[in-house]
Order: sequence, then structure tokens, then C-alpha cells
Amino acid sequence: MDKLFRVSSSPHVLDRDNVSKIMIYVILALLPSLIGGTYFFGWRALWVTALTVLSCVVTEAVVQKMMNRPVTITDWSAVVTGILLAFNMPSNVPFYLPIVGGVFAIAIAKQAFGGLGFNPVNPALAARAFLLASWPIDMTVFKVAPRGGTLSGIDAITTATPLNVMKQSLDILKHQSNYAVEKVSQAQSAILQLKEAYGHLFWGNVGGCLGETSAFLILLGAALLMYKRIIDWRIPFSYLFTVAVLAWMFGGPSGLFSGDWIFHLLAGGVMLGAFFMATDMVTSPLTPSGRIYFGVGAGILTVIIRLWGGYPEGTSYSILLMNLTVPLLNRYTRPRIFGERRRK
Amino acid sequence: MLGFKERTFHGGAHPPEAKKYTEKKPIEKMPAPEQVVIPLQQHIGAPTEPLVKVGDRVKIGDRLSEPKGFVSVPVHASVSGKVVKIAEMPHPLGKKVLSIIIQNDGEDAFSEAVRPDENYMDLSPEEMRKRIQMAGIAGMGGATFPTHVKLSPPAEKPIDTLIINGAECEPYLTADHRTMVEFSEEIVAGIKIIQKILGVKRTIIAIEKNKPDAIKKMRGVTRNDSSIDVIALKVKYPQGAEKQLIKAITNREVPTGGLPMDVGCLVQNVGTTRAIYEALARGKPLYERVTTVTGPGIKEPKNLIVRIGTLFKDVIAYCGGYREDVSKLIMGGPMMGLAQHTDDVPVIKGTSGLLLLTEKYVRVADPMPCIGCNRCVDTCPMHLVPTTLAEFADFKRYVEAEKWGIMDCIECGTCTFVCPAKRHLLQSIRFGKYEINLQKRKAS
Ligand code: SF4
Ligand code: SF4
Repeated sequence: MDKLFRVSSSPHVLDRDNVSKIMIYVILALLPSLIGGTYFFGWRALWVTALTVLSCVVTEAVVQKMMNRPVTITDWSAVVTGILLAFNMPSNVPFYLPIVGGVFAIAIAKQAFGGLGFNPVNPALAARAFLLASWPIDMTVFKVAPRGGTLSGIDAITTATPLNVMKQSLDILKHQSNYAVEKVSQAQSAILQLKEAYGHLFWGNVGGCLGETSAFLILLGAALLMYKRIIDWRIPFSYLFTVAVLAWMFGGPSGLFSGDWIFHLLAGGVMLGAFFMATDMVTSPLTPSGRIYFGVGAGILTVIIRLWGGYPEGTSYSILLMNLTVPLLNRYTRPRIFGERRRK
Repeated sequence: MLGFKERTFHGGAHPPEAKKYTEKKPIEKMPAPEQVVIPLQQHIGAPTEPLVKVGDRVKIGDRLSEPKGFVSVPVHASVSGKVVKIAEMPHPLGKKVLSIIIQNDGEDAFSEAVRPDENYMDLSPEEMRKRIQMAGIAGMGGATFPTHVKLSPPAEKPIDTLIINGAECEPYLTADHRTMVEFSEEIVAGIKIIQKILGVKRTIIAIEKNKPDAIKKMRGVTRNDSSIDVIALKVKYPQGAEKQLIKAITNREVPTGGLPMDVGCLVQNVGTTRAIYEALARGKPLYERVTTVTGPGIKEPKNLIVRIGTLFKDVIAYCGGYREDVSKLIMGGPMMGLAQHTDDVPVIKGTSGLLLLTEKYVRVADPMPCIGCNRCVDTCPMHLVPTTLAEFADFKRYVEAEKWGIMDCIECGTCTFVCPAKRHLLQSIRFGKYEINLQKRKAS
């Protein structure tokens, strides 16, 4: 029988999973938070997300066409970037921000480096940093009070995310002599209120970027990704653990070990960052121990920025900075080879 | 707690087992073909010199070649008949190899050398090894390393644990499985011989849990033998790889670049163990073997006893022929087997199976850039970083590749299997290893 057989190197069977499937799972995992964001902040949240996604996908296709590369929008990675970018914006941003952000994320932060797999930093985070630098007010003023109530009393203070409140109140408490007595007592009660607001922070009916407020919904999506083994526990847990410990040690109004670590875990973008940004495959380390260092490093930076930096929020910058260390981490954290005896 | 943990190693993957084609099918004896092509080299090591010439008449079991040196085993006639040609012929491992072609006279006459020896257990270990070598036995799991060499560890590396490998973790293949179910006593008798040669007491028969009938059978025949234990292993690829098997059973790690004997272990495949018994008790050299013919591309999948030298096409014809959409012929399993471009090659000692895959199963996908998903890293049973190794190899950065352990790769293919970007990781790594070996040989 003269039959031509295919000849190739082993293995001859491959797993069914592919990049598109992984991206689709990530999108699925982001859906609860998107629905939550739409519920808390209204249809505009969905509109902003639609804009970023559209902007990302169109940019990807156009840039690839222009550079004569195969168009790879069917790998769904641009959609993931779009959703994550939207999740990092207030729902009330002017409509051009999502569009500009999407273009920046894909054209500059991703395709300019060679596309998926070659980008050194997470495109959504890079775009957010760019927007924050260019439109600082639009990116940090949260005008929409979340459905289901905000933190009572907090509206009294101008910008209304819990993290802002925490930061301002702590500042006041640390320099009590500079402030009027009622300001000080206001700050004290605000901090106490935040302590009672864990429920709000957990469910998500607090002010903030449109996809980051609900720890519960983020965890729901993360559970799917962990179950599907798309993300590994190392980065999120080492990150959250570091944030918690450092916030507890240094984040309190009354000296060491008085910080409200539960608050720091639940507030702001820490949860979203831990499970969906820091775990970005392309921009996180390959090696198991590298992933731990990455999480710890991001945790340290987050707390430094939050407690001592100029911004109330440090998640995205900390992850961006750690993205840059990935080649180094990969290099110096080669796993112990099976049967290798390390000299030491 | 730890005691309840399933025995296994760190890493690995779960390719579809696909054993259903043949796991329940009793081993069948395939009639000898008209002609056999017996390559003079079917093992890893030094080649052999032909002892016959064209026109000679031979009988089954007649030795056809003389091993050159210690790491070498002879080949034997698998049919009776006339030597019609001695020439370079296609070989399933790629290159052409000098082969002896015998026209079958249909008489199935046996060589005088093939006769039982009831007192084989009284032989000295030295004599046993000699007979094992002269019976042409080489590892039948696919590695084909001469067995007598494995059975001659240096005095400073005593073996305390003999592991009989019945894991058969390659998907599709069931030859070892059926051998355990149908020839369990012969395997035990083979174990007794190895125990005597090595002076080892502790023996473990390791079987993956997906073969409950084999586990039951082997437990049954070893019940009264306190020196042999049967251990059920977690089903995971590559559980049957020597180093991973030793780790799972003894928790010892074979050092990098080392051999199982460095940690006091010796691993023998079940088929080889049975062949040892047949060689000593029946005087039967390795001229036939159990092999699985399977996969979606063959009409009637079977477990067969096939004469060495039978052409693949004859085996396939005996199994009803190909299905229309067949597109890949593999010697061995889907993870480590070798794709063949022709079915005009003979069954050799290391042919554990013939796998026929159809277009649907041969997923060809264009590789994408690595997305850094870590899967290859987390599944590599040797704890390597396959994507980095492949990159080093692709860019010819061999010094770094070696530093990162490229030579420790056991070529199990798990990394390529799991890669969602469909990268040809193992192919690159293999190429890198090849180049490094080449450079080393040149240097020395
Ligand atoms: S690098 Fe080698 S040992 Fe590791 S999974 Fe790939 S083929 Fe197997
Ligand atoms: S499995 Fe493939 S995509 Fe994932 S890290 Fe390895 S090479 Fe990259």
C-alpha cells in the first residue's frame, strides 16, 4: 500500500486547550464583575466597557493589517485587555478616554513590542497609567454613587472611594496638631466606619473603578480560573498575603500592628489586581518561585504606594513595576532540576 | 496523612488514555509472514556482525549475528527458511540498517538451541547474564538497552530495589497490560531470575490504577511471596518513565546525569522480565514479542505476538488494514513514539505498538508565540523550564541551554502536549540536545 503518512516529532497528540479557549475563560471569569459593575454604577459601566473592548479589537486588527502581520483578534486577547482596562476606570469617564486607552493599550503597549507574548508589561495597566497621567481628574473622580448605598458619612469628604477616605483620615490623624478638633474626630469616626463597612467592600456597593469594587464577584471569577488551572495560586496569594501583613504592620493610626489589613485587602483594586492583573500570563514569571517573588514584590510596592506614596491606590503601579522585573526573576529563579543537588 | 497520598511524582499530564481499543483483547499469535527483515541492530549500543550468508538455511531461534563487545546483543531468526538477501534496509528508527532477509519455508522448524532447561535456577548469575545476552534481550519498553548490561551493576553500586515496570503510561498501548493479565506467572518467574542475579530481595511491581485486572492478577500470583509487592500508581503521564517511577515508589531521586543504580534501583519492563524467563527456562531467544496494534486508523485493533522482522504492512494487513482517513503511522505510543513515513519497515525488539491515527486525531496547529502560561513549566516531570530551553535551542545558545538542564530532558513530550500555544517545544529541545552532543563528540 502506497500511502503517505504525516511525519513529525513526538508527541503526536496535543491537549485540546488553546490560547483562544484560555482567553474565553478569562472573559467568562470577568463577566460576574462586569455584571456587578453595571448593577452598581448603571448602564454607563457597560457602555465604557464596550468602548474599550471595541477600541482594543479594532486597534489590534488595524495595526496588524498595517504591519502586514496576520490578524489575530480571534485569540480574544484584545477583548480581555479591553475589559480589564474598563475595569480600571470610573464609570463616569468621558467617552474618549476608553477609546484612547484602548488604542494605547494595543498599539503602544502590545503590538509595538511584537504582539501577544512579547509585551513586557500588561497592556491594560500600561494604558491605565497613561490615562491617569494625562487625565488625572477624569480618572480619579468618582461621580456615580453605587446602587445599594455608599459608605454613609463618607460623601462628606469630597472624593469618595474608601481608599481615599482611609488615606485622608490617616493623614489627619498622623498630624493631629495641624487640624481642627472636629476634623480629627471626623477622621476617627470615618476610620471606624470603614471598619464596619467590610460587607460593602466585600459585595461591592462602594465607590471605585467600575470593575474593582466587588471582592465577591472577583473571587467568583477567580475560582473558575483556578479550577480550570488557568491561574496558579502563587501570585495572588503571595501578593494578598504581603499586602495584608504589611498593611497590618504599618497601616495603622496608632503605631505598628494596628493597620486594618482586611480593609486593605478588600478596598480598591487589590483583589482585581491579584487575580486578574498580576496573573497575566505574558507578564508574570514562568518559574514557581519567581511567581512567589513577583507577588511579594508587588505586595510590598502596593503598600508603600498606598501608605507613603502620593496615590491612595498602588495596585496597578506595583504590578507594572513588577512586570519589568520578570525577565530578571525568570533568570534567577530556575527551579531545582529533578535529581539536581544544589550546592550551598 | 502522607501515607494516604497516591503514589506519584511531581508534574505530568493527563493525555486521553485511549486504552479501550485493545485493553480487553486477549493476545493473539500472528502467523509468521512470508518474509522477515531482521535488522542487525535493534538495540542501543555496539552493532553486530552477520553470521550467515545469502543462501543459508536457518531455523527459528538460530543466531544470525555476533555481538561486538559487551554492550551489544545478537539477533535471531524468527522464521525457518532461507536467507535471500543481506542488505541495508529501511529501519523504524530512521536510518537504513544492514538487515537479514529470510524467506519463510512455512515449516516453523525450531533450532536445536531452543530447548527447555529445567534447572535454570541453578545457573550462576554469571551464566544467567551470558544467556540473557545471547538470547538477544534488550529493553522491550522501547528503550532497547541491552538487558544483561543493566543486570551487571558495578559492585560499588548495590541494588536494593528491583522495580518491575507495568505502568504503561503511554496512551493506547496495552501490550504490557495484557502480558500481565495473561502471563503473570512467567513474569514472576522472570523476577525470580533477576532477584538471583542481583541478589536483591525487595521487588515492587508497579502498575497504574487504570489496569485493575492486571493489579489483581499480579497480586494473586505474588500473594505468597513476601519479596514481591504490587503497588498501584496514580494514572499520570509519564508515570512509567524510569526516574519518575523510582521517585513515586522509593521517593529517591536519580541524580542528574545518573542512572537508577545510583540510588540502588533497577527498573525492568514487564515484557523484558518475561523474555528473561523464556530465555532461561525455555531456551527461547527474543525472536517474537507482544505488540499492540491500535488507534482510530486501523480496522481491527489487536494485541499480537509478532515475529521480529515482520513488516508493519503485514501486521496492518493482518489487523484488517487501514481505515480510509488514516494519516499517521507511529511506532510506539502517541507521546514518545516515532512517526513512520512508510509501512515497509520491520517490527523490532523495541516495537511496543503500532499506532494508527486519523486526520481528526492528528491535530496540526500553527504554533503561536509563547504566552507564558507556565503550563510546560508546571508539568515538566524533570522540573525544567521547557519554553526557555526551546528558546535557547532555537537561538543556538547551547551553553545556557545546558546550564538550564537541557540534557536532563527525558523527551517525554508532556510540555508540547500541554502547550496551549501549540509550540513545538520538544522538537526544539531535541534539536538542541542533538547539537550539544555533536559538539561534544567533535571536541573529544
Ligand atoms: S522538557 Fe523534556 S522532560 Fe520536560 S516535559 Fe518537555 S519533554 Fe518532558
Ligand atoms: S506551555 Fe506553551 S505557552 Fe505556556 S509557557 Fe510553555 S511554551 Fe509558553
